[in-house]
Amino acid sequence: MESINGHTLLFLLFGALTCFFALAVVFSANIVRMAFYLILALAATAGLHFLAGADFVGAMQLVLYVGGTLVVLVFGVMLTAQSPFVSLRTAGGDWVLAALIGGTLLVILLPVAFQVGLPPTTTDGAFTDETGGERITSSVPVTVPTATRIGLGFLGVPGDDFSGYLLPFEIISIHLLVVLVGAAYLARAKRRTTVKNSDVSGGS
Amino acid sequence: MSEFLINSWGWPPFYAHACAAFVAVVLILHVIAVGAMFFIWLERKVAGRIQDRLGPTRVGGKFGWLQTLADGIKLIAKEDLMPADADGMLFRVAPYIAFCASFSSFIALPFATGWVGLDINVAVFFVVAILGLEVFGVILAGYASASKWSLFGAMREAAQVVSYEVPLGLCIVIPVTIAGTMDLTKISNLQAGWFTNWYIFHDPFTFLTSFVFFSCALASVNRAPFDLAEAESELVAGFHTEYSGLRWSFFFMAEYGSMFLVSALGVILFLGGWNGPIPLGQFVFGAHAAELSGLAFFLVNLLGLANFMFKVVLGVTLMIWIRWTLPRLRIDQVITTCWKYFTPIAAVMFIGVISWQLLGLPSGGDLLPLHVDGRPRLSGDVREQHLKGAVLPQGSADRHSAARRALEGNLVRVGGGH
Repeated sequence: MESINGHTLLFLLFGALTCFFALAVVFSANIVRMAFYLILALAATAGLHFLAGADFVGAMQLVLYVGGTLVVLVFGVMLTAQSPFVSLRTAGGDWVLAALIGGTLLVILLPVAFQVGLPPTTTDGAFTDETGGERITSSVPVTVPTATRIGLGFLGVPGDDFSGYLLPFEIISIHLLVVLVGAAYLARAKRRTTVKNSDVSGGS
Repeated sequence: MSEFLINSWGWPPFYAHACAAFVAVVLILHVIAVGAMFFIWLERKVAGRIQDRLGPTRVGGKFGWLQTLADGIKLIAKEDLMPADADGMLFRVAPYIAFCASFSSFIALPFATGWVGLDINVAVFFVVAILGLEVFGVILAGYASASKWSLFGAMREAAQVVSYEVPLGLCIVIPVTIAGTMDLTKISNLQAGWFTNWYIFHDPFTFLTSFVFFSCALASVNRAPFDLAEAESELVAGFHTEYSGLRWSFFFMAEYGSMFLVSALGVILFLGGWNGPIPLGQFVFGAHAAELSGLAFFLVNLLGLANFMFKVVLGVTLMIWIRWTLPRLRIDQVITTCWKYFTPIAAVMFIGVISWQLLGLPSGGDLLPLHVDGRPRLSGDVREQHLKGAVLPQGSADRHSAARRALEGNLVRVGGGH
């Protein structure tokens, strides 16, 4: 390699960070530390998204996964403020089950990862990308405004090879709304139903 | 800058990018650190004046302007204490996490046309995403301190910040729908020209929205009257009770950094960013900074930077003023304010702004019609027709893909920028 490719270097760095913190989640016994490592692993994944030029997906990763795990962390803190839950030991059977599921996922994902391959590079280490029929060559990975593309494809502006996901999205939104209402109903503090005699005698 | 290093000086790309990134990082760090120094001094002076005192007067001569530096030296010299029951690793790492979250969102914050650490297309989204992570450091600090006060403070902060993200996000979406882009540089440059082009004066709904935004921003950076996480009168010092020395000061740098950030976000979204009340740069050079180059671009941008900084500091001063004027709310009042008032108000404002756009009612920018390109803006449905006529060639075989390309091109074209 005649010149250091900073992009590859950063990719390896973020990849290593992700793997390291993911392993730390597995081997940690403290629930709050687990959540902490999980957040770091997910944030490093967001870094990988940014590195790949998918800024919208990266920011989405931060909002949804990292923000969501933050709430898990809050619950972890609330549970472990008293001591009995501080340390969680995993039973042997759980290890086997987890290894089985994780291993299966890995087996599925690995071939896909090797099929995708590296981003196309020219001889001098520059990246190229086909954008709208024009060939762009630059020293960093080409970033196209992904949010616009995602939005237009999502709405199904035709002229492309996919036809939009507006209807499935609406169905999922309604479904989520129903789930949220149900959760709020279940979690609501039950009011005491006993009524004083004086209230009853006062009429309905 | 990296392009310049590669093309003019023939640096290898990796070193050029690393060097450019380093310069940006150092500059942003200085904005936060020097900003924190200045704002802490300002806070003391303002607090002093509001309470009929003088504030710091001695250190550094005239106005005590070196007081913060003296305090900083004191903090460095202080012993680094940690409670015996604390979770050591998390306790140590928490202040840096809070600071990193505050710092990272500055990466995507533009200070003038093209003067931005990383010009990403979804900058608004990015900034809001990272801003929400500062609470992470606070929760960790509260948990790891093994102290009741810290834990109470952290839990309050968690509840508060998670709640206030909702109305804050709704308020941010409103200028984004008007601008049609999430790029902060473009949003700001769309408000170029007279102050009537600012989105705060776009219509009555945006005017109200800006106030809701400011209140939510106050809550999301944990400032009084929403400073429940460190309520001194109840929780000693809240989440940073057990911290001392330099670690403690990192929390404060994060706090003042976040104040600057939300103020800057408000300035860009509602107050035109670096585009002043009077388009001075356009009078002198005849064009907006986005269309200039060379020395003229630099001068106009410098003017814009000063303008931007002035507005942001004004916003932070307002926050300080509010802190020393209003009493603290109770936690139930804070949550009530969020869910029963701000969220519905923001939602109604959102519908109102969309209807205003849809009906094509005149916006504030039509009063003094000098825009980026110097032409009066077309209003409402006229603008719509104009866009349709330009975009859709009649009878074209692939008109949809043409529309698509025009739409993407439109988004890129509108903001200009380098």
